[in-house]
Amino acid sequence: MVNAKKTLYEKIWDAHVVREAKGEPTILYIDLHLIHEVTTPQAFTGLHNRKLPVRRTDLTIATMDHSVPSINRKKLPWPDALAQKQVGMLADNCKKYGITLYDLDSKHQGIVHVIGPELGLTQPGKTVVCGDSHTSTHGAFGALAFGIGTSEVEHVLATQCLLQNKTKTMAIIINGTLQPGVYSKDIILRIIHELGIAGGIGYTFEYRGSAIRALSMEARMTICNMSIEAGARAGIIAPDQTTVDYLEKRVKFKNDSEKKKAIARWLSWQTDKGAKFDKEIVMDAATIEPMVTWGTNPGMSVGITKKIPDGGGEDIKQALEYMGLQGGQKMRGQKIDYVFMGSCTNSRIEDLRVEASIIKGKKIAPGVTCYVVPGSYEVKHKAEAEGLDKIFLSAGCEWREPGCSMCIGMNGDLVPSGKYCASTSNRNFMGRQGKGARTLLMSPAMAAVAAIEGAVGDAREYLEDV
Amino acid sequence: MRTSQFKDLTATLAPLLRDNVDTDQIIPARYLTATNKKGFGKRLFMDLRYEEDGKTPRPDFVLNQKKFKGAKILLGHKNFGCGSSREHAPWALLGAGFNAVIAISFADIFRNNSAKNGLLLIELPRKIIDMMHTEVVENPKEKAAINLKNQTITWKKQAHSFPINPFVKRCLMEGLDDIGYTLSFADQIKAYEQKTR
Repeated sequence: MVNAKKTLYEKIWDAHVVREAKGEPTILYIDLHLIHEVTTPQAFTGLHNRKLPVRRTDLTIATMDHSVPSINRKKLPWPDALAQKQVGMLADNCKKYGITLYDLDSKHQGIVHVIGPELGLTQPGKTVVCGDSHTSTHGAFGALAFGIGTSEVEHVLATQCLLQNKTKTMAIIINGTLQPGVYSKDIILRIIHELGIAGGIGYTFEYRGSAIRALSMEARMTICNMSIEAGARAGIIAPDQTTVDYLEKRVKFKNDSEKKKAIARWLSWQTDKGAKFDKEIVMDAATIEPMVTWGTNPGMSVGITKKIPDGGGEDIKQALEYMGLQGGQKMRGQKIDYVFMGSCTNSRIEDLRVEASIIKGKKIAPGVTCYVVPGSYEVKHKAEAEGLDKIFLSAGCEWREPGCSMCIGMNGDLVPSGKYCASTSNRNFMGRQGKGARTLLMSPAMAAVAAIEGAVGDAREYLEDV
Repeated sequence: MRTSQFKDLTATLAPLLRDNVDTDQIIPARYLTATNKKGFGKRLFMDLRYEEDGKTPRPDFVLNQKKFKGAKILLGHKNFGCGSSREHAPWALLGAGFNAVIAISFADIFRNNSAKNGLLLIELPRKIIDMMHTEVVENPKEKAAINLKNQTITWKKQAHSFPINPFVKRCLMEGLDDIGYTLSFADQIKAYEQKTR
């Protein structure tokens, strides 16, 4: 057979085709459907009106994360009655349809993209969807994972399938070694900067190269998480021993032979040597600096020693005006008022460890409010067992309960208008963290430095702390 | 079950000359706690439309200008609908009376969500879009005529063709219910499940 060499994306696709017909979308089978309170109520109403059951409750997992308070969450009523109603509706729907729910009383509650991998549910070769654009996170395990809308949530609940058209593929190859003080968040911010936020439309990315191989699973999740910020449908990293080491502790096996088989199967999900991608970009990891965004989309970023654009198009002018920044300035030294350490991008234990190591023994700058919001109870309990909570609290940070919190500001955790927030989250859109809020996206290390200095600094100057 | 049908229309345009209009701008997250599909129209572009008090209209914003009132087609620019997967974005656009959006390009998830709700997305080359932006400001009463079957939009007596996925076109023309469509292949889904068990 000619052209039998396939990319990982094509292999996962082919393995999930239920039906293919010319001129019609492919019916693609879904192995894991993660659901949360915000994008499901209307889907369950649709299902109810159709008198349909959930086809595969065993492949559907629910948690509550977007609108849940990060403080005093057990005290009813919540300040936001609608949020409380929405969360209640998810609980009712899960009960009615027989779906496993990790609610606020569960030790597994957390951000949907943090708990999927933690529970060992996200695995190589699977198709994973969720009514949330950051579902691309799960691609770090060699899964094909992408965000869907509420109609598609209803479609998956009813059929366990989606109607899909194949994307093109782009290899993003990062070779070489990262400088100390530079992290996977900086890699992905740089990629989005290079490609632009629409550069990935119509593509599935596969991140490759020695710098990607050297990353931990959590660091890989940060990269795949923000694939959507370049417009891509999904971002994948092929599984390797790092993937196996992470998963074998978390997946339950009946016996050793079953485990061996699973590992062999996981590792088999690779792009064939010589397989063709539709596009390829190559980058040297050593050239990546700590990155900070200055504008109102994640592509508007700059290396910490570089200047932000001066002049340019209408979009740059609008962004600078909203952000209250001067064209041509450096981000270094830019005063900040808030720090948010959290979100599905950077709220895992390794992120908290880096932040704590920089903050340890210091105080956050006067006038700065710093929220530390672990991604899940598993992360929170681990951090507390390591004493990280005490480091944050004695530095003057707030140590909160797991959820999306200030990344999307649906739970009342908001940045006031006009204030600057150094944030480890994924979107610096206008109003994203609150009406008029000014978000500077950066790595956990850079956010910790910003908390201490009260201004944007350079994580490479804190290396002895990490 | 669903009204995903698009009906051909001849209507005026409202120009929104901004690149990368994200779904947070279309409908801010604080309105996403609603549990039905109603009421999003009045929240459309909330923070672009109103001053910080949430009440005082910003006079320079297109939807606050009398001359663009009644427009059923939104004229966007590049990468419209990027960001969050919230389907509340097309619900808000439809709720505010828009049945079609024209832009140079659209984001992936927004494109899917729009199709499921009968909101037609029309992609045209930058040159034509930029020309339309200029002309609509000069002549806000000018109407565009959309013909989905022929895949054309006629503006100032000139018909421009637009591309559309054939299945999306069929869904929009017939109001096809895609869950019903997929369930018509239930045997194949079952066969797949048995094969991969």
